[in-house]
Amino acid sequence: MARFQGIDFYDLDALFSEEERMIRDTVRSWVEDRLMPIIGQAYHKHRFPTELIPELGELGVLGANLPEQYGCAELNNVAYGIIMQELERGDSGVRSFTSVQSALVMYPIYAFGSEEQRTGWLPKLASGEAIGCFGLTEPDFGSNPAGMITTAKQTSDGWLLNGAKMWITNGSMADVAITWAQTSEIGDVKGIRGFVVPTDTPGFSAKDQEGKLSLLASDTSELVLQDVELPDTAMLPGGSEGLKNPLMCLTQARYGIAWGAVGAAMACFDEALSYSKERLIFDTPIGGKQIQQVRLADMLTGITQGQLLCYRLGRMKDEGTMTPQQVSLAKRANCDMATNVAREARRLLGANGILVEYHSMRHMANLESVYTYEGTHDVHSLILGQALTGISAF
Amino acid sequence: MKVVVCIKRVPDTETHIRISETGTDIDTRGVKYIISPYDEFAIEAGLRVKENMEGGEVSLLTVGASEAQETLRNGLAMGADKATLLRADSYMDGLGTAKALAVELKNSNAQLILFGVKAAGSDQQQVGPMVATLLDLPCVTGVSSFKFGDTVVICRREIEGRVEVVEADLPAVLTITKGEYEPRYASLKGIMAAKRKPLEEREASFNQSGIRIEKLSQPPTRGAGRILEDGPDAVPELVRLLREEANAL
Ligand SMILES: Cc1cc2nc3c(=O)[nH]c(=O)nc-3n(C[C@H](O)[C@H](O)[C@H](O)COP(=O)(O)OP(=O)(O)OC[C@H]3O[C@@H](n4cnc5c(N)ncnc54)[C@H](O)[C@@H]3O)c2cc1C
Repeated sequence: MARFQGIDFYDLDALFSEEERMIRDTVRSWVEDRLMPIIGQAYHKHRFPTELIPELGELGVLGANLPEQYGCAELNNVAYGIIMQELERGDSGVRSFTSVQSALVMYPIYAFGSEEQRTGWLPKLASGEAIGCFGLTEPDFGSNPAGMITTAKQTSDGWLLNGAKMWITNGSMADVAITWAQTSEIGDVKGIRGFVVPTDTPGFSAKDQEGKLSLLASDTSELVLQDVELPDTAMLPGGSEGLKNPLMCLTQARYGIAWGAVGAAMACFDEALSYSKERLIFDTPIGGKQIQQVRLADMLTGITQGQLLCYRLGRMKDEGTMTPQQVSLAKRANCDMATNVAREARRLLGANGILVEYHSMRHMANLESVYTYEGTHDVHSLILGQALTGISAF
Repeated sequence: MKVVVCIKRVPDTETHIRISETGTDIDTRGVKYIISPYDEFAIEAGLRVKENMEGGEVSLLTVGASEAQETLRNGLAMGADKATLLRADSYMDGLGTAKALAVELKNSNAQLILFGVKAAGSDQQQVGPMVATLLDLPCVTGVSSFKFGDTVVICRREIEGRVEVVEADLPAVLTITKGEYEPRYASLKGIMAAKRKPLEEREASFNQSGIRIEKLSQPPTRGAGRILEDGPDAVPELVRLLREEANAL
């Protein structure tokens, strides 16, 4: 297939700055040259392509919107979003890796960490020399993390952590786990604190989640913390607002996911469009049939709407006016759009659409995770519903 | 060592080219522009000289319209130190471009002047050798890799059926082709840093062309491919067609 040229029906390019376009082109080329040739096999073999991590670091996509003094590229948030879009055009697993590293590991260390934690971890995380994961979800607490039962008890010289975390992206390969634990009574939202846990600390273990049918080119793991002893300095000192702190991280990550989902949808649309022009059935290309044209028109409409949402959201984030509810709307709308686009693209491709050589079904399966994590579609409905009516329906 | 890399802004090689209404130019609407891919090899080669010698300077030079500033910034993002745009608003042929470049290069003190072996899109392969001639410098074309001796540059050329090693006195002009110098990605930090690097735009001191394009037209469209039967049974027919129709055997 020809190199991916992007989908830009409403000339958003005219709104991006030259640097934003250059960043897009660079990441797009990298995805085309380095990721696309191997992603099918990696997915098939249930393997995250770890060999690409140093390259991601060298490109500068890890923690790309954090300051240069910590080894990051200090890009604006639109550029950060564009990176997520381009990575997820390749695969949601690779975007998830980058999102977790950037928004859920580097961001909390930057925003809530001590200077020692920042200088100790951020440069290594930016270069990809160290990998991080974020442990919030537990086996019995998904959409309701406030109820978490992983505990952190103060000891004479530090903390003792006990509990388990589930569905943790990068969990098995991580060098450091940002772990959220209850320091007070179970259910006390103010008592939740973040800890920087080196994964070689005795009592910490991680195990691959087996049996996934989605996000196969990604490490999803269960973490067990059994009498994990940590020094005082392991707590994120700036994270004193309880559950609000991990939720602030989620806002960062959800922002990136809103862009990423558009990238996955673009990949599927691009594949479907070119296939529709080539595949001859009843002597004409299937793209010449009205049903397929409706399909393509619907896909393009969804993608264009998603792009405009992201663009505006990004500019608001850069201006400092973006609200978490606006992020919820974009995450919800774009993941929904992308799952639909991927499914319709897969259908347009007929039997070929179920093969790993084509990309739509991989995206379709991946996007079910993306739809679910970082607040399910339903949870974002409830966030918006509460914002609209003032009534919590959780 | 001071290295100057001359680059050209060209339509993306993936662009579907349409002819403009005048019939002598391409329709530039919606066309994305890039550094000519061969020039990217030259930039990469220049950057490696600087890195291997742990010092020196790589500057970029182009002749073109103001939009070529963007192309230069792409090269700065890869790691070049500074850039100059010689503005010429009307079409220039190879000689015109070479003259404009030569005026600039004459007093540049460059030890090494690098070009891509040709510009994607126009394929004339003129400018590098013409610049060398105008400056009275040795020129080696189609270089796939090079290294330095004391006062010379030793170039490898992969030519029909053999590899040629050529030595040229410095300063020299080389045109670079695909080989050793797979271009690096501009890092995101590099892209941000490019904004702060010096980029100068000046009127080209020469802007005339001895050649005019008379007419552009689309090449004939390629016919559809043909699929013979599946499996080993198709082989005899395939061999026959390759021999008789395609004259490939
Ligand atoms: C591949 C993958 C990677 C992940 N990575 C991470 C990670 O790195 N770190 C991390 O901490 N977590 C991670 N997660 C966990 C993810 O965030 C949770 O799965 C998600 O929050 C949903 O929780 P749950 O699975 O327990 O579902 P539940 O909360 O049990 O939800 C089940 C269903 O109930 C619905 N529901 C929930 N609450 C309500 C309500 N009040 N009203 C109506 N419907 C409701 C949901 O929408 C859903 O349909 C990951 C998950 C996946 C699949």
